[in-house]
Amino acid sequence: MKTTLLVAGLAVAGALSAVPAQANETPKHGGTLTYLIPADAPPSFDGHREETYATVHATAPFYSVLIRVNPENPASPTDFVCDLCTAMPKPTDGGKTYTFKIRQGVKFADGSPLTAYDVAASWNEITFPPQGVLSARGTDYRDLIAKIEAPDANTVVFHLKFATAAFLPALADPFAYIYEKKILDDPTKGPHWYEKNILGSGPFVFSGYQIGQKITGDRNPNYYHKGLPYLDHIVGIFAPKQATRVDAIRSDRAAIEFRGLPPSARDQLKQELGNKITVQESPWNCGSDLFFNEKKKPFDDPRVRRALSLAINRWGGAPALSKIAIVKTVGGITFPGSPLAATKSELQQMAGFWPDINKSRAEARKLLKEAGAEGISFELLNRDVDQPYKYVGIWLVDQWSKIGLHVTQRILPTGPWFAAMRSGNFSVVHYPICHAVVNPLLDVQPYLPASAENMGGTPDAQEMDMYNKMLHETDPTKQHAEMVAFEKYVMDTKAHATQIIWWNRIVPYRSYVKGWKISPSHYINQDLSNIWLDQATVSQ
Amino acid sequence: MTLAAPTPTGNAVVASGYAARRALGSVLSFFRRQPVGSIGVVLMLIVAFAGIFANVLAPYNPTANDFAAMTQPPSWAHWLGTDQLGRDLLSRILFGARTALVVGVTSAVVGGASGLVLGVGSAYFGGRIDLVLQRLLDIVMSFPLIIMALAVVSIFGTGVHNVIFAITIPLIPRCARVVRSSALAIREVPYIDAARALGYSHRRIILRHMVPNVVAPFLIMLTSFVGQAILAEAALSYLGLGVQEPVPAWGLMLQGGAEEYATTAPWIAIFPGLAIMLTVFGINLFGDALRDVLDPKLRDR
Repeated sequence: MKTTLLVAGLAVAGALSAVPAQANETPKHGGTLTYLIPADAPPSFDGHREETYATVHATAPFYSVLIRVNPENPASPTDFVCDLCTAMPKPTDGGKTYTFKIRQGVKFADGSPLTAYDVAASWNEITFPPQGVLSARGTDYRDLIAKIEAPDANTVVFHLKFATAAFLPALADPFAYIYEKKILDDPTKGPHWYEKNILGSGPFVFSGYQIGQKITGDRNPNYYHKGLPYLDHIVGIFAPKQATRVDAIRSDRAAIEFRGLPPSARDQLKQELGNKITVQESPWNCGSDLFFNEKKKPFDDPRVRRALSLAINRWGGAPALSKIAIVKTVGGITFPGSPLAATKSELQQMAGFWPDINKSRAEARKLLKEAGAEGISFELLNRDVDQPYKYVGIWLVDQWSKIGLHVTQRILPTGPWFAAMRSGNFSVVHYPICHAVVNPLLDVQPYLPASAENMGGTPDAQEMDMYNKMLHETDPTKQHAEMVAFEKYVMDTKAHATQIIWWNRIVPYRSYVKGWKISPSHYINQDLSNIWLDQATVSQ
Repeated sequence: MTLAAPTPTGNAVVASGYAARRALGSVLSFFRRQPVGSIGVVLMLIVAFAGIFANVLAPYNPTANDFAAMTQPPSWAHWLGTDQLGRDLLSRILFGARTALVVGVTSAVVGGASGLVLGVGSAYFGGRIDLVLQRLLDIVMSFPLIIMALAVVSIFGTGVHNVIFAITIPLIPRCARVVRSSALAIREVPYIDAARALGYSHRRIILRHMVPNVVAPFLIMLTSFVGQAILAEAALSYLGLGVQEPVPAWGLMLQGGAEEYATTAPWIAIFPGLAIMLTVFGINLFGDALRDVLDPKLRDR
């Protein structure tokens, strides 16, 4: 527990150092915030169904959630506060039951009162979606939650299958919007209604959407957090091209883009606009991973997979790559710095993380020779996105050439890239995984053989046993040791997958935008309620 | 004194010497009469030389990352500078010439040759065959080259072979249409009737009597096709649908990093852009000059 508190404290300190001093500034009301959403359009407005920032950046301002990461301290992986509840509950029943009291007087944008029944219905729809309804995180929740009920209009109770520290971070999911029960239950509407419609109780009320162009909202006069939001209007502009977004901020057509821009854009804007630009940076809970298709030769051989990881000079490449791409930190499959993450010395015992790259590559060559896979040629499947996909892909090809492998890239747009993975049409894939709230116990699930995201994996009972033991462990020290053993098993012993490098979030924005604090995830702290503008005239 | 009759071998030597002198004379005449076209020839030769001998000429491995030399401006160590991954731009441009030539020449030759056969065949047979073929070619031609190439790449995927295929398809009807119009006139001349009357096969009449007479417009088209194909390859690569990183290709070098570093490291975009421009410029100059030489109407102007 001491370790947890220490890391949380460090995280808070880190966050504070990243944010410009705002303590003496008094928030001002009014104005319109124009921000950029780096996507064509969200696939749908339904947060329960989607897992992309395109949805959460466009729709989070219109919705409430049960609990959330503290917007004043979003860098902390352990600081959760109520949004719709009145107080963070103490678990009962040996840590298996959480009872939440719901705020009174909250209203949806259509005037209907929001009660515990709406909260329970929304969470039931997320956790136990009806037939034909997609829930992006339903599997994660079903592993933990046995039952959700609302005994009265003010109370919601979550019954867990077992006591676990993974529950509260999971509950603070920014996509877990609270919908109206009467709409969810309506046979003519149902959960699918929210895919094309927006109706929530958040700080802003939805006012318009032009497909692929912009989404707009107005201040919610009935918002339950006193004095919030500060802004009168918000305008989210969809701009998939990075050059367009940088130009928009440069010319003050937009004030901010929340996902993150590369170092070159930060330096350029800062150089050109000086103190009119403020920059916040944070380690990002997104990691570039490699997954191998174990159903395909020679990648069915752990020696080959291990060799591919051993060839990559992570310690040498990370500092250089961080100058040109949105990557920075070397780490295992758990978010670096989180309580369960391997320390540097623990990490350096694992394949691909050895401090001596020459020794590592000699071992790689030896393994390839033993496996009869010297000088093999294969394709690296990659996504047609510059940052950081292509940069990391080009670097990987170069790294593998140093052990005599001939690697080409097959770069596909997002849809075909997913399709190629799902159909098993790949040998090795560069597949970055992003998470919302830092929650290592759930965040490592994509590496499990049964995970929908591990598309080249084969059954591994030992790995599942290790994971389940770790998930049920309540002692943080033992849990850390189990996580490190799990990481070693996944990335070294069996080399089912490996982590290459963790991302680094850089958000340069107009200095008149105040109140927003960066977090390790571009999904969280996006309801924009605490943002205010420090100038009379704001970007239109 | 008797004079020995010339041996067949001797005749051949004399004949080949004469042919060589005649060819050289034609080349010199071309350079004298077409100074602008000569510039085009020189540019094309430079690109061809760069592409063929890239592995000898390139000072560095074109795909090797060098993090100690990221975004370096032109210097003695890196004559054209380096890109954001520290890759030597000169080496990438030299190897990029190979990609451009392979894609450009292959697409132009295959597309042109297919168009030649279809165009002459269509004109020679006429009737329903001509009608059907021309309508099919109309359909293909109704799409602009780059749109058609995009569609083909979208269906078959990226990579050098698919890019060549994607660019070849839209070139076929363009060649066939021009060749057919010349072949229609040739079909009506008496020696074709005579060849028919002598019972020559269709293949012989087409290949030996008609094709040689449409070679002039065909060659002019071929040169323009090479330029178009190089541009199309660059466009597809720029859009991320052509060859893929880290393969050196000029269009690809203009994508991504070049946009990102346009103001801070402009050489990343300038040099591959110049390479594309000069190559296509050279090919077009040569094509224009070739037309002037081969077209009897323009020859004496």
